[in-house]
Amino acid sequence: MTQKIREKMTGKNRWFIMIGIMIAGYAICALLAEGNLLNRQMKSLIVPAGINIILAVSLNITTGFLGELSLGHAGFMAIGAYTGAIFTKYITFLPPVVAFFIGILLGGIMAALFGILIGMPVLRLRGDYLAIVTLAFGEIIRSVINAMHITGGAKGLAKIPTYTNYTWVYVIMITTVLVARRLLHSRQGRAIVSIRENTIAAEAVGVQVTRYKILAFAIAAFFAGMAGVLYAHNFSILKPDNFDYNKSIDILVFVVLGGMGSVKGSTIAAVILTVLPEVLRSADDLRKLLYALALIIIMIYKQGNKRGWLGRLFKKKEAV
Amino acid sequence: MALLDVKDLGISFGGLKAVEHVNLSIEKGELFGLIGPNGAGKTTVFNLLTGVYQPTCGTILLNGKKLEGKSPAEISRRGVARTFQNIRLFKRMTVLENVMVAFHNQVTYSLLDGMLHTKRYREAEKQVRRQAATILDVFGLEDEKDTLAVNLPYGKQRKLEIARALATSPQLLLLDEPAAGMNPNETKELMDTIQLVRKQYGTTILLIEHDMKLVSGICEKLLVLNFGTELASGVPEEVLKNPEVVTAYLGE
Repeated sequence: MTQKIREKMTGKNRWFIMIGIMIAGYAICALLAEGNLLNRQMKSLIVPAGINIILAVSLNITTGFLGELSLGHAGFMAIGAYTGAIFTKYITFLPPVVAFFIGILLGGIMAALFGILIGMPVLRLRGDYLAIVTLAFGEIIRSVINAMHITGGAKGLAKIPTYTNYTWVYVIMITTVLVARRLLHSRQGRAIVSIRENTIAAEAVGVQVTRYKILAFAIAAFFAGMAGVLYAHNFSILKPDNFDYNKSIDILVFVVLGGMGSVKGSTIAAVILTVLPEVLRSADDLRKLLYALALIIIMIYKQGNKRGWLGRLFKKKEAV
Repeated sequence: MALLDVKDLGISFGGLKAVEHVNLSIEKGELFGLIGPNGAGKTTVFNLLTGVYQPTCGTILLNGKKLEGKSPAEISRRGVARTFQNIRLFKRMTVLENVMVAFHNQVTYSLLDGMLHTKRYREAEKQVRRQAATILDVFGLEDEKDTLAVNLPYGKQRKLEIARALATSPQLLLLDEPAAGMNPNETKELMDTIQLVRKQYGTTILLIEHDMKLVSGICEKLLVLNFGTELASGVPEEVLKNPEVVTAYLGE
């Protein structure tokens, strides 16, 4: 049904509808953030939920599209966060909006550069080996930040201007989702997915495997870096421990819960798992337990179906 | 000049010489058969030709340019495509997408074009879709274009693999036991399709086959491998009468 409607929509109509949906989405965000529908506690979750969506969707590019387990996503987030925060903290002559915009871009670019730099030697590895190396990478980033002066070391980086608001998060989030979805329908995205499906066959039809692995890593790192900048300017203080491997696992849980390769699933899972711990705040210890339980239940439910149960709620096949 | 010219090709894994002293010369437009008993090294020859393995000795020339030492992706770009003995499809992609991936190097729009859906992107995608659909038509897969490859019946999966290989517009197409596991009817149909492909696309084909009868029916030349070395080569009638070939297949 939706497929038919999609086919009937001409290029221009599609644009209008897409822009319409985006504006409506923004209106809903604004209503939730400014209106009286939510209490203060819930309102404070809008920004983190958006950031988590960006993180989940970006990790889905490596884990879902490319099919390589990455356990160091928080490392890319950290690089972005510190780059952006240091920039806006010390470059004070620019108007805040401009400084923040440049900060976000810089954070993304820096993370992407590290993605490429680390990707080159590492992405020749496969599967479990790659997962372990990305885990190590995340820890190295954290240790280096811990040891540096400009990052404030273990004490952390304080007094970061709090520029992040729901508008910024919404714009970056929409960009991330759009890029992820459009990637799937581009030749580059198809190349990335084909590597996941069958590396040898992908090579045999002319896909340069290493190049596209690095591309997937770089795009994912870019958005994780931007999410990091938003994160830094939301809480105003950064500590290396914010980006330990637990954070990487948290992001991975969003992706697994939402369904590998499903952008929509990642989005919904990120929102649910951001709100859930707050709802259960009275028993915060349960949070970790819930994560573990969720993972176990999903594994049982999955049974060969690579899309998580959230993804199954939406019947329309995302072409992955 | 031959399209493919292989001289003294060999590879050893540790002490094991899997393939040795293989010579092969395929003219443009030929349908060449590579046959031999199980474990004779046929697939290894394919893996050498497509860069999956690097030869330990010998040369491989395609149109006079050397292929050995090149990556599989590079060899594909230079016009050698292949199918696999154990089918290797992009299972969780649709039939159409499987073929579209193979057009990878024939479209050139940038990542940014793809993100912004520029005119260049839209036109290139439209064209790729059309061309992919045309190839699927040839193989009778047009009705299944939105099916996930994994859900195709076995015979159609084999066909899709050939369709995907053809989509790279190869000069030389390597088919690794395309009829394996097919019933006689499906085999017949497949052979007709292969002949059709030759006529329509003018592709030169090197075919691995187990079944000598089948292969002698359609191939113009044969190379017989046994224990990794050349046993005989030439036109099918002569090769199949060769006493050594008969021994290799039927025993003393």
